[in-house]
Parts: sequence; structure tokens; C-alpha cells
Amino acid sequence: MDWVNAVVQGVLLGGVYALFATGLSLSFGVMRLVNLAHGQLALVAAFATVSLTQATGWNPLVALVVVVPAMAALGYLLQRGIFNPTLKADPLTSILVTFGLAVVIENVLLERYSADSQGLYAGSIETASIRLTDQLAIGWFRLIGLLTAVAVLGGLSLFLTRTRLGRALRAVSDDWRTAGLMGIDTRRVNGIAMAIALATVAVAGVFLGIQTTFDPSEGNVLLLSAFEAVIIGGLGSVWGTLAGGIVLGVAQTVGAQIEPGWSLLFGHLVFLAVLVARPTGLFPKAVAA
Amino acid sequence: MTRSRWRIQRASADSAVGVGGWLVALLVLLTLPKWGTSSQMRTVVEVLSLLALAQMWNLLAGFAGMISIGQQAFIGIGAYSLLVLADDRGLDPFLAVPFAGLVAAAISVPLALVAFRLRGGYFAIGTWVLAEVVFLLVLNNEALGGGDGRTIRSLNTYDRFTREDYIFYLAMVAGLGAVALVVLVLRSRLGLALRAMRDDEAGARGAGVDVYRARLAVWVLAGGWTGLTGAIVYLNRLRVQPEAAFSVQWTAFMIFIVVIGGVGSTAGPIIGTLVFWVLRDQLADQGVWYLIVLGAVAMVMALVAPNGIDGLLQRIRPWSFFPVRRRLREIRLGAPPAPATGEVGS
Amino acid sequence: MSGLLEVQGIDARYGNFQALFDVSLSVDAGETVAIIGANGAGKSTLLGAIAGDVAVSAGTIRFDGADLAGVPSHQRVGRGIALVPEGRRLFPSLTVEENLLVGAFRRRPGPWTRERVYQLFPHLVPLASRAAATLSGGEQQAVAIGRALMANPRLALLDEVSLGLAPLVIRQLYGALPEIRAAGTSVLLVEQDIGQALRVADRVSCLLEGRVSLAGAPKGLDREQITAAYFGPHGLEGAEAVG
Repeated sequence: MDWVNAVVQGVLLGGVYALFATGLSLSFGVMRLVNLAHGQLALVAAFATVSLTQATGWNPLVALVVVVPAMAALGYLLQRGIFNPTLKADPLTSILVTFGLAVVIENVLLERYSADSQGLYAGSIETASIRLTDQLAIGWFRLIGLLTAVAVLGGLSLFLTRTRLGRALRAVSDDWRTAGLMGIDTRRVNGIAMAIALATVAVAGVFLGIQTTFDPSEGNVLLLSAFEAVIIGGLGSVWGTLAGGIVLGVAQTVGAQIEPGWSLLFGHLVFLAVLVARPTGLFPKAVAA
Repeated sequence: MTRSRWRIQRASADSAVGVGGWLVALLVLLTLPKWGTSSQMRTVVEVLSLLALAQMWNLLAGFAGMISIGQQAFIGIGAYSLLVLADDRGLDPFLAVPFAGLVAAAISVPLALVAFRLRGGYFAIGTWVLAEVVFLLVLNNEALGGGDGRTIRSLNTYDRFTREDYIFYLAMVAGLGAVALVVLVLRSRLGLALRAMRDDEAGARGAGVDVYRARLAVWVLAGGWTGLTGAIVYLNRLRVQPEAAFSVQWTAFMIFIVVIGGVGSTAGPIIGTLVFWVLRDQLADQGVWYLIVLGAVAMVMALVAPNGIDGLLQRIRPWSFFPVRRRLREIRLGAPPAPATGEVGS
Repeated sequence: MSGLLEVQGIDARYGNFQALFDVSLSVDAGETVAIIGANGAGKSTLLGAIAGDVAVSAGTIRFDGADLAGVPSHQRVGRGIALVPEGRRLFPSLTVEENLLVGAFRRRPGPWTRERVYQLFPHLVPLASRAAATLSGGEQQAVAIGRALMANPRLALLDEVSLGLAPLVIRQLYGALPEIRAAGTSVLLVEQDIGQALRVADRVSCLLEGRVSLAGAPKGLDREQITAAYFGPHGLEGAEAVG
């Protein structure tokens, strides 16, 4: 039963991982940008929520209403101001710039909030649980996390397939030069892609902050987890990323079940196994661009 | 009608100055143990180590196009190999240093099998994941000290001055050797292959370059020398802890040094190491601010001056203090050599 | 001087390589102008310069009287220039329908709608939800033309529409040209097949190694003139040596 419980917890965790991964996948798909500051930006959202809830007394879930648009705006500005110029240069430049940004953000957070662990408190919903069987209980909040992730990903999928702007994003990710020739302003589209990426990462960051504690040094782990979920799931597919997140989540919780210190390690090993055996991931985009 | 022969000239007036300056620096360093204080020597050991690490990162990223954020894996591997070989297996600690490098080189091969499946930014994160895996394996290993780490004890048989001297000389070998190694690689056929790959990979393949093997060769060389340097660093520090030895901050320093100094240039890492050292010294009391400044400077440099300080200097006056260029010279038999017709690479 | 498109003395380069030297060209409203020339003569570069994909290092391009210097490609679509790129360059992961819709991203008011495009190319109707990458060359070319039309351009730039296609398919595609003209769109097309170009165009320009070697109405030009302009002074010997 312990194992079943571990798997179930892993699936629930996977939803949040998928949300983390989506932003990374989107920015790579649309702009071929690997944003190494991705994990740190999730922490920015979490810490910003800490400050906001301390100042206003709001529940962090309510604070999302402010934090998500703010992060989206930050994403748009970052992309147009700093990231867009790196795209024309060779790939080294964007890696260096985003890595530098990651270091700057981590240390700014350290300076402002110190290295202490922080948490977000959403009230009684955090500990409420649904009892399924004698040995199996699901935390309400974790279930909400998974459902939120599915809802956000569903919304994103609809946006990409049914709207004019979403089609434009997909066109840019296929071929940005031709997209420009069709009248699409790629600089704006890139900005919008990064805005969406940071909006999803904000939701993920706040949910994670409620579920566990966090400190400024965790950004790297988040980045690696998001990256692994993207690779496992396969590039270019929204639902693939959900699958990747879930596989990673399960790998980690099962690993912890085998041996308490092994959760991260197990996740890494599963990732490496997928990389070696099936490098395109489990559900890659059907048609390669 | 004069007949002519063609030869490839690698040296130049600049490189003569460079080699000369090199010899002077060498002499100064060789005599340092006689007149330097312990603290000065420790500092120079750290500087030389950083130089070695930066040169290797530059070789990987600047010349072979492989941007790795996982080099810290080899530092940790070098440090722990030294620990095992010297403390556990009884090998003389100074002798164990090159062997630690060999262990790192050996482990780099299976790591490459996985990492080489990725490209560009994903390769970068992939190497980071691999470094994390090695870190976690060491962290969970009680024999290696687990989370608390271990202290190197086998140096206790040496008196303080001998210890400091030998570590210093090893650091010189690591640092200056790294520079020499990069120069040698660039002058070799491997270097030519790397440059061809950098310009046009498909074209290089068509010309017969084995791209995979060239990359692997550079990867193993860089990994091995980074491991060697890691062993020396921890010989200097004595306390080996996994979080510190495998910290991504090592790679962050390498990256910043190379970006500030100049990616893909032989002199870049040297300039970068010096600038980094000055910055670190000046901002030492400011806590995390020196990292913030470093990060911001690296970002600005990458955006505005992608060839670093070396690149900026080159624009003022093209220079090459290392004999790594290849210039085609025509030699008319029976007449003085004609001026250089064209230059390849820098 | 009230031509729709006025290209005056432009130079264009790729890095160190100069592709166009002092090229001038004009298209009046309602005209169909063809550019012919051998491979590498600079025809696609010329269309790219007009569409905003290639930078111009000298000279001017005026569209509807306004200078296009500094106007990025996505804004030129809004002004009424649409490109059918060489090699089609459809968005492979999008369906036929979605490719057409993307063409309309910055549409201007005008007669072209999805329905009208499907009327022009009825064989595309059953293919509407197929991913563009799965189509044949001829089908892709039709979609590419339709995609450009969806923006309701005043000037459509067609780059090597016949490239790699069977004669029957080419005829089918060029068969759509009269209706495009009737709807009020001017056309500037690049074509390697000289005969095809002469049949459809009001005027023809020939490019040789980046320069205009001949220009005029097809009836005023004879075979010898065209061959000389196409191959150049050394060309005929070269053509014989190759052929």
C-alpha cells in the first residue's frame, strides 16, 4: 500500500512539475531560448507572494490574482528588453545571459530575504485530506494542485490551437522568419510567450510554496526538475509535458520510498534513462518543424 | 621566373613578445616560495587553479562549442579521488594528484555517452544534471563521509613549508599547464578540426573531420585537467565536503571569468582571472553583492561585448600573444620572403 | 511615377557577398511582372528585399509612394505586400486551414477569404485539416499562394512557384493567375521557366549575376535578346559546354 500511496503522491506532485516545465517548454519551442533563470523566477513569484501576504494578510491563493499578471508583465519586459537581443547572436549568448540573470536573482533574493526557509500558508485547506481507503489518503490541496495544473494546461492548449495569437505563436515556433513575412511581429510574440511562461511558473511557484518550504538556493533544483519533465515528456506538446511531469513526480516519490535521501537521485536516473533510450521523449510533437 | 614554396607560419612578432612575457611570469612564480608569505601563496594557488579551470571551460565552450554547466562534477571527482587514493589507499598525496586527474578523465567518458545526446542549451542543463547525479551519489555514500565530508589527513606527514611549496608547484603546473595545453591543442590537428567545426560543422564533416571524436577528445581532456585542478584546490583547503566540491558556483566562476575575459581566445581567461580576482578582493566584505555584481557584469558583457575584454582590446589593435595563428607565407627561393598573404583564425 | 512598386538602384548583400547591383524595377497597379534569370542571379534576393526579409545597402524601394526603408517585414504585409516564399515554407505543424488563417494574421480589407481561396483551389478542400508537412509539393504550393492571398495584398510576390513540380501541376497553379489579377492583385513573380514567364507577364525583367540585363514587354523581345540577357556574354559557350 505504501507503494500505491507513493505513486499517487507522485502523480499529484507531477501536476505542479508540469506547470513548472510548461514555461521552459514554451520558451524553447517558440524562441529556441533555454532560460536558465526559470527556476529562480519561480522563486521570485513565491517570495513576492510572501511579501504581499505579509503586507495585506491575504491568503496566498488570493494573492495569485496580483502575482500572476505581475509576473506575466515581468516576462514580457524581460523578453523584449534582455532576451530578444540575445536570440540573434550565437546560442552561447542566451545561455550566458540567462545564467547571469539566475545568479543575480538568487543573490538578490538572498540579500532581501536571507537564507531562511519560508513558507506560504493557505489555511486549513493545506492539511485537509480525502480518505480513499484505510491506508490511502489524498491531500485536498495536492489534488487541487493537480487539477489546477490540468486546467491551466488545458487553457493553454486551447489558446494555442483555437486563437489567432496562439496560432501565431505556433507559427513562430515552426519558422520565425516566414512568420514575420506573414505579418507576425516576432518580437511581440516572443514577449507574449515569455509572459505566459512566467504566468504559469508563478502559479507553480505559489502552489509549491504552499505545499513545502522554500529558500533562495532552491532555484537550481526547480530548473533541473522542469528541464527533466520537458525532456521526459517530449518537446512541443502540452500534454506531453504533463506526462513528463507526472513521470518525474512518481520517480521521485518512489525513490523516496526506497530510501529517504534518494528522491532527487531517482528522478535524475529516470531522466537519464529516457534520454538514453528515447531521446525525443515519450510524447514528442508529431510533426517536427 | 622565381619558384615559390609555401609554409605555414605560426609565430609572429606578437607571439614572440607573448612567449617572452610568459617566461618572465614563469620566473617570478618559480621564485615565489622563497619570498612569499603563506597567505600570498595560498592566494596564488587559488588564482592559478581558477586560471586552469577557466582555460578548460574556454576550451570546451569557446573552441569546441560545448557549453557545460556541469564541470563542477570533475572538481568533486578530483577532490574525492585524491581523498581515496591518498588517505584510504596510502598513495603519496602529491603523487595522487595526477592520478585523480586520470580518474576524472576516465569517468568523463560514460558521462559523455549521455551528455552528447543533447545540444546547445539542453546540453548545458544536461551536464548540470549529470553533475547533480554524481553529487548525490557521493552525498549518500557514508564511506566518503556523506554530507559532512572528510578531511585530508595524509598531508600530515609533511611539514608546513614543504606542503605549501609542493602544493604551489602543483598549482603552477595546473594553471600554466592549462594554458600550454590549450595552445598545444590549438596548434595541433585537433585544433584545426575544432576551428573547422566551429565555422561549419557539416562542412567539417564533409572534409573528413570526425566531429564526435574531436568533441570527445576535448571533453575528456577538459574533464581530466579540471579533476586534477580540483584535487589541488582541495589539497590546499584540506576539508572536502560534497556541497562545496560539487557546487555549481565553480562553473559560475569559470563562466564569468571567460565571459569577462573573452570567449574563444587564448588570452581571455588570463585577463578574466585577474579581473575576477580584483573584483572578488574589492567586494569581499559585501557578502552576496560580489556575486550580484559579477552576474550583472557577465550579462552586460555577453550582450554588449561578446568577445570580452580581449575582444575589445583586439579592436584597438589586433594582437596575439600566443603562437596559435596560421599564416600562409610564400617563400620565393633565392629571395626574401614576401609579406603574409592571408591569416587564418586567431 | 505613380507605379505601385518602385525599386530604384538597390544593392543587397549577404555578409561579404553582394547579390544585387543597382537593380531597378517597377510594377504598376494591375500589372503582372516577371523576373527571369539563371540560378544565383539574385531573383529571390530581389523579392526578399521587397518583402523585407533581406537588407538593402543602397537605393530605395517605394511602395504606393512611401519609402520602405526601415519598415520591417511584418509591417509590409499590413501595407499590402505578401510573399509566397521560394520552397513554399509552410508552417509544417499547422494544418492547411491554420496556415491560411496565419496568412490572414494581418489581413487588409479585400475580396480574399478562406471560401474564395478554396474556390480558387478546390482540391484543397478535403485537405483542410491535414498537417501541411504531409502534403505533396503541388498542394503545398497552392496553400502557400492561398496563404499570401489571405492578407489581401495589393502586390503578391511569387517566388519560383514552379520549382520541383510536374508540368500539369504548374499549369494548374498558373491557371489561377487570371482570377488573382481579376480580383485586383498585382503580381511580381520569379520564374526560371522563360516560356512560362513570357506567357503570363505584361513585362519581363532579366537578372544576370545581380544586375538587370534586359527589361521590356514580351512582344518586344526576341529569343536571341533574351538568351543573351539570360546567359550573358560568356554564357553561350558555358551553356554549350554544360549542355
